[in-house]
Amino acid sequence: MNEMLDTGIGAAVRRREDNRFLQGIGNYTDDIVLPGQTHAHIVRSPHAHASIVGIDKAAAEKIEGVVAILTAEDFADYGGLPCGWQVNGKNDEPMKEPKHPILAEGRVRHVGDPVVVVIAETADIARDASEKVSVSYKELPSAILVDDAVGAGAAAVHEEAPGNVCYDWELGDKAVVDAAFKGAAHVARLELVNNRLIPNAMEPRAAIGDFNRGTGDHSLYTTSQNPHVIRLLMGAFVLNIPEHKLRVYAPDVGGGFGSKIYHYAEEAIVTVAAAKLARPVKWVADRSESFISDAHGRDHVTTVELALDKDGNFLGLRETTLANMGAYLSTFAPAVPTYLHGTLLAGNYVTPVIYCNVKAVFTNTVPVDAYRGAGRPEATYLLERIIDIAAHDLKMDPAELRRRNFIKPDQFPYDTPVALTYDIGDYEATLDQAMQASDYAGYAARKAESAKNGKLRGRGLISYIEACGIAPSNVAGALGARAGLYEAATIRVNPTGSVSVLTGSHAHGQGHETTFAQVVSDMLGISYDSVDVIHGDTDKIPFGMGTYGSRSIAVGGAAIVGAVDKIINKGRRIAAHLMEASEADVVFENGEFKVMGTDKQVGFGDVALTAYVPHNYPLETLEPGLEETAFYDPKNFTYPAGCHICEVEIDPETGVVEIASFTAADDFGRIINPMVVEGQVHGGLVQGIGQALLEGCVYDDNGQLLTGSFMDYCMPRADDFPNFVVSTNVTECTHNPLGVKGCGEAGAIGSPPAVVSAICDALSEYGVTHFDMPATPSKVWSLIHGGKKAA
Amino acid sequence: MYAFKYTQVGSVDDAVKAAGSADDAKYVAGGMTLLPTMKQRLASPSDLIDLGGVSQIKGIRKDGNNIVIGAMTTHAEVASSPDVRSAIPALASLADGIGDPQVRNRGTIGGSVANADPAADYPAAVVGLGATVHTNKRTIGGDQFFTDMFETALEEGELITAISFPIPSKAAYTKFPNPASRYAIVGVMVAQAADGVRVAVTGAGPKVFRQGDMEAALKSNFTADAIKGVKVSADGLNADIHAGADYRAHLVGVMAGRAVSAC
Repeated sequence: MNEMLDTGIGAAVRRREDNRFLQGIGNYTDDIVLPGQTHAHIVRSPHAHASIVGIDKAAAEKIEGVVAILTAEDFADYGGLPCGWQVNGKNDEPMKEPKHPILAEGRVRHVGDPVVVVIAETADIARDASEKVSVSYKELPSAILVDDAVGAGAAAVHEEAPGNVCYDWELGDKAVVDAAFKGAAHVARLELVNNRLIPNAMEPRAAIGDFNRGTGDHSLYTTSQNPHVIRLLMGAFVLNIPEHKLRVYAPDVGGGFGSKIYHYAEEAIVTVAAAKLARPVKWVADRSESFISDAHGRDHVTTVELALDKDGNFLGLRETTLANMGAYLSTFAPAVPTYLHGTLLAGNYVTPVIYCNVKAVFTNTVPVDAYRGAGRPEATYLLERIIDIAAHDLKMDPAELRRRNFIKPDQFPYDTPVALTYDIGDYEATLDQAMQASDYAGYAARKAESAKNGKLRGRGLISYIEACGIAPSNVAGALGARAGLYEAATIRVNPTGSVSVLTGSHAHGQGHETTFAQVVSDMLGISYDSVDVIHGDTDKIPFGMGTYGSRSIAVGGAAIVGAVDKIINKGRRIAAHLMEASEADVVFENGEFKVMGTDKQVGFGDVALTAYVPHNYPLETLEPGLEETAFYDPKNFTYPAGCHICEVEIDPETGVVEIASFTAADDFGRIINPMVVEGQVHGGLVQGIGQALLEGCVYDDNGQLLTGSFMDYCMPRADDFPNFVVSTNVTECTHNPLGVKGCGEAGAIGSPPAVVSAICDALSEYGVTHFDMPATPSKVWSLIHGGKKAA
Repeated sequence: MYAFKYTQVGSVDDAVKAAGSADDAKYVAGGMTLLPTMKQRLASPSDLIDLGGVSQIKGIRKDGNNIVIGAMTTHAEVASSPDVRSAIPALASLADGIGDPQVRNRGTIGGSVANADPAADYPAAVVGLGATVHTNKRTIGGDQFFTDMFETALEEGELITAISFPIPSKAAYTKFPNPASRYAIVGVMVAQAADGVRVAVTGAGPKVFRQGDMEAALKSNFTADAIKGVKVSADGLNADIHAGADYRAHLVGVMAGRAVSAC
């Protein structure tokens, strides 16, 4: 690869997409205005659980400008929203999969459940008319928190799920693990809650349905992270529209963080309504609506135990968790607390035996699904918390306890007891790097300085591992995935040598348009500016599984490399013909095809032109044109890992926690663009620290969302954070062509336990060893107030 | 937002007249609370009387021992006013801590005081500095102005024209913001005002209130130590998911102590 180019792999190229994002000249779904467009407003349930007694549309229908009012009856011919992952519980018992109707059928199951769609000439009329739709309800008892929902006498969210249990899943041999605990010198135990979060992308969800009466083609414009997946799910399972008659286009999308992976009811609603009305139908969520209709994240109630020998070596780990699914199964919800969670419980450590038991539970709340990290933050959190508890119990240094149990570099490839094989890593290297970058040795002086200012200082150190790019497809399929997990790319070399990269990896803030262009221009030895990246449109892109789970560079990037390799191979054949050389003698270097051992060479541009103007061309043996497609199915997950160190300062009078410093040393494999990677780490850290300090979804006992706006749901702001100290250490992934691992979620995975650990350390004199996130000032003050020292 | 009639006026008289002839009029100053409330369809006035063009109630002047601030003066103007900064720096810094830059450049002192949000900052200044509220009809003492949550002594159609703040010998405002909304969970203005020591608390209760025990303690000894022993009762204080009444009561003491130290 060409390392001379300042726009090639490894260069901190400024993100080209920011040109339009920062100037406000992007093209988001709500920016798209189709001729004759109508507007939908959705009447949603105000109750957590109720029977629908009647719906009176008469008054609304009389309002001038109302085009149609739709209820569940209008969707009777269509399926429910499908779930993309089947999890089988103990004894292979399939999960309970109650129907998730497009519009509520006789019963609402969470505040925000869609009931009636009002379509009108303007958005204002649709909203006015919605207020005139009268829905009468008979309220039913509700189940809101997971522990309540599995309790005796709890209200049933779905009759087909007794006890509100969706599945009761386990991983590992319980008897073997229990035996390991029996012989242990020490067992650390902790009950914890991984707090429920509400994702808030900058752009709320939106969708436009369109229908061409002339051709019978449907179009859906939507804020999706994976338009092909939506086309498959909605077309095949919900609306029965074959792929060739359905275009799904996700233009600029303002952030997703997981919440825009899923197939939502509104997408089906506008698609159906547009066909019924033969007019485009647009729906745009407002922020309050997003809070009660976008899938939420996390929400686990967990008990974890770690068995250790007298020297602090891990002997076994046991976990039981209640995972909140919400009222219906969102697209990938069942996979999150199971295959994306239980399989990560080895962390960075040699733990010989592990047992994990997860009950997924229906509640009368908004569906819960993957949110930045998806199961892996929950796994990392419980594992790093219990290691801290063990270190405290055994009076061992938390860093040394981790170091002692690390998987060592010479142990790779390493088979964990929870089904994964780590290919490579060096956990001590990132630990040492983070310790050095955080001035670990100088901590005592900083703590003394804080004390002088009346502040309590604490430090937390954690290691994390994540598994990115879920793979391979056949393994995922055996575990219940109802889709493949490969990625596709097409490299279209245009006649004059410019290149269009068509990728199935959708970009919604990640910077793919820059980084993928860096990879392709570097490989082809051509100018970065002559490479464009196209994504998001099922009519343009051959196929795609989309963007989630930090998979874009590891899987999507590998597909691009595969297609570029095919281009180079074909180019060599064309060049060999032009130079009258044997193909075996032609090499490709720095954008030139050369005959080895001679000064003969022909440029990439000349080869491209020849491919499209094939006058001097081996037409008998080679097709004209220069366009190649590759699909890449990963051989294994990638395993980014690292060490995060947080220092906090707490004002004991108020309970306010300030992040004094945050240091991250991460191993993401090979880095394509260090600036983009740093930005991803910053974003992840802010979301993770947000979970630890600020964010928490709160429902009242009746299932009303108390944190239903930014007035009460605390979104992180820039002034909540210091400058982060981030660095990378590289062990290249062994099984993908770029040696990359992915970096999107790491920050959100490692930071919550680091922050909580630091706060517990600061409050150690008050006897605090754990508390549940978020560490609001009020909670921290209570910990101090109720602590030993105060008492 | 529901439909409403929008009227621009150029004088206080015209504003009052326009409001009087409408069904259910609201004055709109900066609109920083009213407009979002209307957008959420929680308020639906028949008429909006826009005070933006009423230049006679805009601006800041020093009048003897008072700083007089026109009702339509923005928070940013108060925060950056040389007169305010030199005479009552606590008031300038209070204004500088309201909302965000957008709010500070649109929101006005009159609008904020008339709205009487129990977690707003300005009520602490009006009461804590012993200000006088001038309206188109009369003057109202700061202590009498705020009557309940979002309720004031203003009568139907009565319009605030200015607020005059007696210059204290010293004063400071300390706020403990709600992490989410950044409104005050507790805000305390402490002043050695012309008529004695004042301690005014916003955010903690249903309306701004004076903390008499602290005022008494500070009268003889204006130091943070003097109020350390003052017990603040949690009775009647607000409680929500962000802060219980006990915590708020505790914060009143902490914020007051810090304000005294900052004086």
